[in-house]
Amino acid sequence: MSESAIRIVWIYPDLLSTYGDRGNMLVLARRAQLRGIAVQIAQVNSDQRVPADGDIYLLGGGEDLPQILAARRLAADGGLAGAAERGAVVLAVCAGYQIVGTEFGGVDGEPVAGLGLIDIRSGRGDRRGVGEILADVDPALGVERLTGFENHQGVTHRGADVKPLATVVSGVGNGDGTEGAYSGHIVGTYLHGPALVRNPALADLLLGWVIGAPLPAIDSRQERLVQDLRHERLTPQPA
Amino acid sequence: MRARLAATVGGVAGTASRLAGRGDGSVIGGVIGLKLQPDLLSLLATGRQVILVTGTNGKTTTTRLITAALGTLGQQIASNAFGANMEAGMVSALAKAPDASIAVLEVDEKHIPAMLRKTSARVVVLLNLSRDQMDRAAEIWLLARRWREALAAVPDCRVIANADDPLVAWAAGEARLVTWVAAGQRWHDDSWCCPSCGAHLRREGDDWHCLECSYRRPPVRWLLLDDQVLDPAGRSRTLDLVLPGRANRSNAVMALAVAEEFGISVAQALPAIAQVRSVAGRYTQVSRRGCELRLLLAKNPAGWLEALDVLAPGDPVLLAVNAQGPDGRDTSWLWDVDYRGLRGRPVFVTGERRTDLAVRLEADEVMFRIVGSVDEAIDLASSPSLEVIANYTAFQHIRAVVGRTV
Repeated sequence: MSESAIRIVWIYPDLLSTYGDRGNMLVLARRAQLRGIAVQIAQVNSDQRVPADGDIYLLGGGEDLPQILAARRLAADGGLAGAAERGAVVLAVCAGYQIVGTEFGGVDGEPVAGLGLIDIRSGRGDRRGVGEILADVDPALGVERLTGFENHQGVTHRGADVKPLATVVSGVGNGDGTEGAYSGHIVGTYLHGPALVRNPALADLLLGWVIGAPLPAIDSRQERLVQDLRHERLTPQPA
Repeated sequence: MRARLAATVGGVAGTASRLAGRGDGSVIGGVIGLKLQPDLLSLLATGRQVILVTGTNGKTTTTRLITAALGTLGQQIASNAFGANMEAGMVSALAKAPDASIAVLEVDEKHIPAMLRKTSARVVVLLNLSRDQMDRAAEIWLLARRWREALAAVPDCRVIANADDPLVAWAAGEARLVTWVAAGQRWHDDSWCCPSCGAHLRREGDDWHCLECSYRRPPVRWLLLDDQVLDPAGRSRTLDLVLPGRANRSNAVMALAVAEEFGISVAQALPAIAQVRSVAGRYTQVSRRGCELRLLLAKNPAGWLEALDVLAPGDPVLLAVNAQGPDGRDTSWLWDVDYRGLRGRPVFVTGERRTDLAVRLEADEVMFRIVGSVDEAIDLASSPSLEVIANYTAFQHIRAVVGRTV
């Protein structure tokens, strides 16, 4: 275990936080602290520099214009790209997921340059995917079934070296039956907003990458509500 | 008036109008009327002074406060007072009051452009804009842009707009007649960026300006400062309302600005506004099992922030959350609300999505108990009073259980 605190950097909550994105930061902090691991949090607005020394970087969802602006600022800033290059963990959801790729669709669907941290390309699909999504994670990652909510019109294609994060059980995801993508320590997903809330194992995967060792278990009493919530969401609901 | 209406709205339209005016607070009549006569709203609005009220939060309450203020004129007023804010609800309200020369109509924020055209409104009130039911609504910047275009196209309509909300200010930015009101903005998380150029907005107190373009808060005519309202003549008065909270003082100042447009002084309007005590069940006090319940409706993060501010210190609170169609099926918004202020107070959670809420409170280190019903919360709280905050269908459910007293 590293001796110093885990540094979580929430990137541009002023631009990329449409719906509950704060949840990912809170879940990571809680799951670290329950294990006695200290956490330091930096919320970096778009008029501030992105620190280069973070351990986990979080990018949230955003509307078209803020998404384009965020991509431009992050490219000019360079902090996130530098951190990703040295192996820092990046969790990018929704608009953030598209930003870390090479290209995404702008206001009228025109291509906009992304940061190119991961070899994916996104465009606009024919219809908006709105609703609950279930997806089975790549077994190599050892993470249980994902449950979340998606609300996007994006379609994402992966380059040869990028693996899908999961296979869609129900919902839309990338648009080709897969959901999200990962490469190295960069994870992207269309599960929007507080994606880690219902997926504590995904949060632990990210924390584990930072620690570089197996994480201590969390007292099951502290996990009960989250497991209840997972159970509710994974059980087929009447429409 | 009736004769004029009969003359204007004759034949099929007359039948449509009569049908639209029937029913008991429902919109069915309006729906049928519009089927028979698609331009029924325009016909029914003709010759009346129409005031439209819109925004993410406070529509129903502000509509009620404006109606109270204009009531001092002694004229009949048509109003969709119970929140039926789509076209059919507006048609029903107008058809029910054929003799009313004034209409105060709440309008769903997505429908403002069309309703401005159809009603030839004399006044439109823009309260605020923030995230709400993102699974159904368009992005709010796009909504603001539609408002902006629609308002630029109605140069004779008086726009009464909250200058403290940058998105609202931008939406009203190309209107010709604007009364700017510093009505306050508690929720900032949808307006950190300049609506005009996208750069980060600098905020200093209530003031705001863009760091990169010339966009800034417009100079205001009305000002709300804590519980004081400063009128255009510079006179200060205390807003001593029966309705609780900062959000309602904000709604009241907007209503005073509308009253001014109709020649009603603050001295005349304020007493009428101040005594409004309950709005379509909201803020209602209900006695049940020896406990005084107060019902607060909160439908989105900005609304929850305002509701949490209103809570009586130390009182136990019941939080209820559903995720049915009218609530939005996505509970992600729970993570936009800061619940830490509830620490140390007895908290109960219920509703169809109580587990989502429980996980949220756990993350904010708020202690709580999960309950299956209002009565269970009342019994466990064993307190003379209990505050209840619920989102839309959860609120309606609780109202049905405790009895609709209003």
